Amino acid sequence: MIIPHPLLGPRDAQEFTYLGDASLLDRPDPDAATAAEDFHAYAYLRDNPAGQHQELWFHEQGDRSWLVVTRDTTTHEILNAELARDVVLARRAAADKGADA
Amino acid sequence: MRYSALRIAWEALTGHKGWTQAWRDPDPQPAYDYVIIGGGGHGLATAHYLAKVYGKARIAVLEKGWIGGGNVGRNTTIVRSNYLLPGNEPFYEFSLKLWEGLEQDLNYNAMVSQRGIMNLIHSDAQRDAFRRRGNAMILQGSDAELLTTDQVRKEAPFLNFDNARFPIKGALVHRRGGTVRHDAVAWGYARSADQHGVDIIQNCEVTGFRIEEGRIKAVETSRGYIGAGKVGVAVAGNSSRVMAKAGMRLPIESHVLQAFVSEGLKPVLPGVITFGAGHFYVSQSDKGGLVFGGDIDGYNSYAQRGNLPVVEDVAEGGMALMPMLGRARLLRMWGGIMDMSMDGSPFIDRTHIDGLFFNGGWCYGGFKATPASGYAFAHLLATDQPHETAQAYRLDRFLSGHMIDEKGVGAQPNLH
Repeated sequence: MIIPHPLLGPRDAQEFTYLGDASLLDRPDPDAATAAEDFHAYAYLRDNPAGQHQELWFHEQGDRSWLVVTRDTTTHEILNAELARDVVLARRAAADKGADA
Repeated sequence: MRYSALRIAWEALTGHKGWTQAWRDPDPQPAYDYVIIGGGGHGLATAHYLAKVYGKARIAVLEKGWIGGGNVGRNTTIVRSNYLLPGNEPFYEFSLKLWEGLEQDLNYNAMVSQRGIMNLIHSDAQRDAFRRRGNAMILQGSDAELLTTDQVRKEAPFLNFDNARFPIKGALVHRRGGTVRHDAVAWGYARSADQHGVDIIQNCEVTGFRIEEGRIKAVETSRGYIGAGKVGVAVAGNSSRVMAKAGMRLPIESHVLQAFVSEGLKPVLPGVITFGAGHFYVSQSDKGGLVFGGDIDGYNSYAQRGNLPVVEDVAEGGMALMPMLGRARLLRMWGGIMDMSMDGSPFIDRTHIDGLFFNGGWCYGGFKATPASGYAFAHLLATDQPHETAQAYRLDRFLSGHMIDEKGVGAQPNLH
């Protein structure tokens, strides 16, 4: 598999280590009343879809950036790759906008 | 029809005209007391024990393709009972005992061959760990034997003993482990279940569950609506997809595991051999092919095929352990989809939906568990109580903190 790194261009997936579902970026609120259940779901439960899957890859043998890669789990085709940092910042901006409105 | 040596002789003399179909091909009934989803090893074994041991009737096994077409047809055929933890070892020992009596129970030649498993030791620390595991195995009624380097050399002289990085320092041998003809396991269970009145319905994909007031009423399938008293799901590899239809998220990721077989060779391997310094295991099939495999590819997949980096890794492990492997040509390689549970251990449990039961999360160790998994799942379906050897395999163990971290490797251990 070749991962199209947003800064470095196409890189062999062997340079990366895999962490799993990108929902791991959405850490639950540790102060919530339901924190125990929320963290159980966050740490252990997975959607595990057959088809498009957003997942975290770490460019360990490269620039050590975290990527959110969109990949089809039925064909291994890689459809998109973004910097995880950009994904998180975009989500926060969207959440702030929602809070302001 | 009962299979026997006499029957083979008789059929040989009469032109093999008397063999009948091994199991029927019935149309689905409108309703069953027990519906097993998944016509693989575990599902068929469940149906067999449910009918034969627990005396239940009106049982159907629904299979989306053909029976035995999933992981029971895609594994490396190893059976063993060499686990460490109390939640695991009694279960796998129960399984191995069922393997030992399987052919008589099913009246089917599954080619159960207890040729032994040799786990190689490469360091002092590993010897300590294996000695501890061996003692745990013996305490649970299994067998284990610690060999010195010279004893290993006598049994497997072809290994690379003086590898500069990973010299062989001995082995833990489990003599009762071995291999079984994997397809025959599915066929034997199917034939026996069928003879006990189970309907095996192929080309019947479950498309949804009918759940009313928290209780299962029926399954919807590509061959129509089928009423169900109790439903057992045994579809490892696709567990998340099927249970999502009942609104459940599971502590499971699907990953691809590759396996390989070489061209047929004359007998060279005495039994199963595993490399203790990498992930590589090898045995020789009765046809002569060297059957071997290694790690999962390490990313979510439903593709039933892997990528080349793991092929290279497995080949390197094989060459480090057994340089003669380099003279053999690779005949075939394939991938199977594993239910990788988060602690590397399986589930046999009820769900929050009344009458819906789940069996899965077998990681890359499902084949050896087939008989006990079927037995324990049948016990759970028939009695609503977990089988005594499978009490630890609960779906809520991550919430309650009772993980079974046999080796600390689940889907994503961050150890690789």
